[in-house]
Amino acid sequence: MTRAVILVRRRLVGSIFVLLIVVIGTFLLLEAAPGDAVDAYIVSTGGDAGMIELLRHRWGLDQTELTRLANYLWALLHLDLGQSVTFSRPIRDVILERLPNTLLLMGSATALSFGLGSALGIYAGARPGSFRDRFLSVGSLALYAVPGFWLGLVLIIVFAVDLRWFPIGGIESIASARTGLDRAADIARHLVLPVSALGFIYLALYLRMMRAGMAEVWRQDFVLAARARGLSRRRIVLAHVARNALLPLVTMLGLQSAQMLGGSVVIESVFSVPGLGRLAQEAVAARDTPLLLGIILISAVLVVIINLLVDIAYAFLDPRVGASEAGA
Amino acid sequence: MSPLRRFLRTPEAIAGAVILTALAAVALAAPLFFPSDPQAIAGPALLSPFQDWSLPLGTDRLGRDVLAELFHGARTSLAVGLAAAATALAVGAVIGTLAGFAGGLVDEVLMRITDAFQTVPAFLLALAFVSIVGPSLGVVVAAIALGAWTGPARVARAEVLSIRERDFVAGARVIGMHPLEIALREVLPNALPPVLALSSVIVAAAILTEAALSFLGLGDPNRVTWGGMIAEGRAVLRTAPFLSIVPGIALVLTVLGVYLAGEGVVETAAVRKSLS
Repeated sequence: MTRAVILVRRRLVGSIFVLLIVVIGTFLLLEAAPGDAVDAYIVSTGGDAGMIELLRHRWGLDQTELTRLANYLWALLHLDLGQSVTFSRPIRDVILERLPNTLLLMGSATALSFGLGSALGIYAGARPGSFRDRFLSVGSLALYAVPGFWLGLVLIIVFAVDLRWFPIGGIESIASARTGLDRAADIARHLVLPVSALGFIYLALYLRMMRAGMAEVWRQDFVLAARARGLSRRRIVLAHVARNALLPLVTMLGLQSAQMLGGSVVIESVFSVPGLGRLAQEAVAARDTPLLLGIILISAVLVVIINLLVDIAYAFLDPRVGASEAGA
Repeated sequence: MSPLRRFLRTPEAIAGAVILTALAAVALAAPLFFPSDPQAIAGPALLSPFQDWSLPLGTDRLGRDVLAELFHGARTSLAVGLAAAATALAVGAVIGTLAGFAGGLVDEVLMRITDAFQTVPAFLLALAFVSIVGPSLGVVVAAIALGAWTGPARVARAEVLSIRERDFVAGARVIGMHPLEIALREVLPNALPPVLALSSVIVAAAILTEAALSFLGLGDPNRVTWGGMIAEGRAVLRTAPFLSIVPGIALVLTVLGVYLAGEGVVETAAVRKSLS
């Protein structure tokens, strides 16, 4: 337990610096964007030059860059991301409303790509160099070459337009007044296609990593020892080779999370899933830069949290991690 | 065996080389076969493929020649993919070299910045950058490079850490070369091979990112892009799914070609290493 605590403490300090850099980056982008909050406000309400002057002064926009950055940081510390002009609501509330859908989509897609990817990787890596190994390697590469949004469209054409098995988009049936399990089943049905589109793309990554990891482990002495002990091939593959090759994949889960979030932007817009990614696209369309940068900030925080969780999981799975610090 | 023969040993590498050669030919020949503006109207709208031999792949919603658009789209995809990857590799190699060679505070700051860029989803960053600066070919290239330089930077830094202790670096110091000159002229070229090994993955990712950006309407509006064609076809997805499917297949083939050729190069290099 102490190992995990030490690990988290060390990572937290680093994460704060990283997030600070991200905040400065978004601030610079916000400054680079044409127009400021007052311009956006005046466009929606109307007002004369005197009013603009007054608002700029009141919102602190007539101060130096450093003061504005300090104000921005101060507001963020109070979890205030500013006001969205498009939605006429606090950005924080808009984002929090969309976040669960994205987390659900990402979580399911990650489970799909990790589960199926590592399983197929074990299947391929069990007999390195065999036909099925080569076939799965090239096949997964082909899958990895597919643009997620296009796979989404193809799935829509086949399974929603032609076969009518699944709904064409959205997160649940509109005005269906379903509750409980019924509603969960409805949402699940809506998520099948987007989760497949997002999950299948990244499946290749886990498959190839698992396969490559197993190829390394096969050469190690303890595998030879296991063979000498007369264990069945099945047992050697699962309990000795695959198990030792699985650990790096867990790290990949964390590293992959940022890419998954980016991928969900296009997938959500293809399937009209009202999540963070679709919100980002709406922000772009409405030229709502503060909202877009708010989404980026929240995504960065999300990625940091996911990586922290992965590190903790890793510490539990691998007793060597952090052992030296805990002993010292 | 010559490197080329060695490269062409596996069927995967051959397939990759064939695809990329064909693609380069298509991209180069586009203005020859289709000299007129591919965004101009060429015939009746939504003509099905194989109906009219002057328009073999038919026309889109606005009556534009699909085959001409495909050819010109190959140019954009390849140009943006290669330019963005080259930018990302160059920036990453320089930043990684400086971080690894300087060490100390410079290293710490540069690596935290690298961390920060890896924490922000690259696609969201590209989206924000293009939407703030405005879509044009150069901006799209910069936006993609912005999210892709971190990998090369990390690899270059790791390589430089092992190179900087070597004798020739000490020699360069003794003859009084400026540290920046040693870093960029002596160390950087030696750290390049593992960085360049990343290029196929980065080119492939850049092509896919460009496609996704133009699918969302953030590509250069004056150029035909495969992503933009797919987005166009989406409006008639039920009646003419063909229009979104074909440019997608072109994208898959291109990216697959890049991956396969890249694997071939890496394997060739590995064989050479084990031989020497």
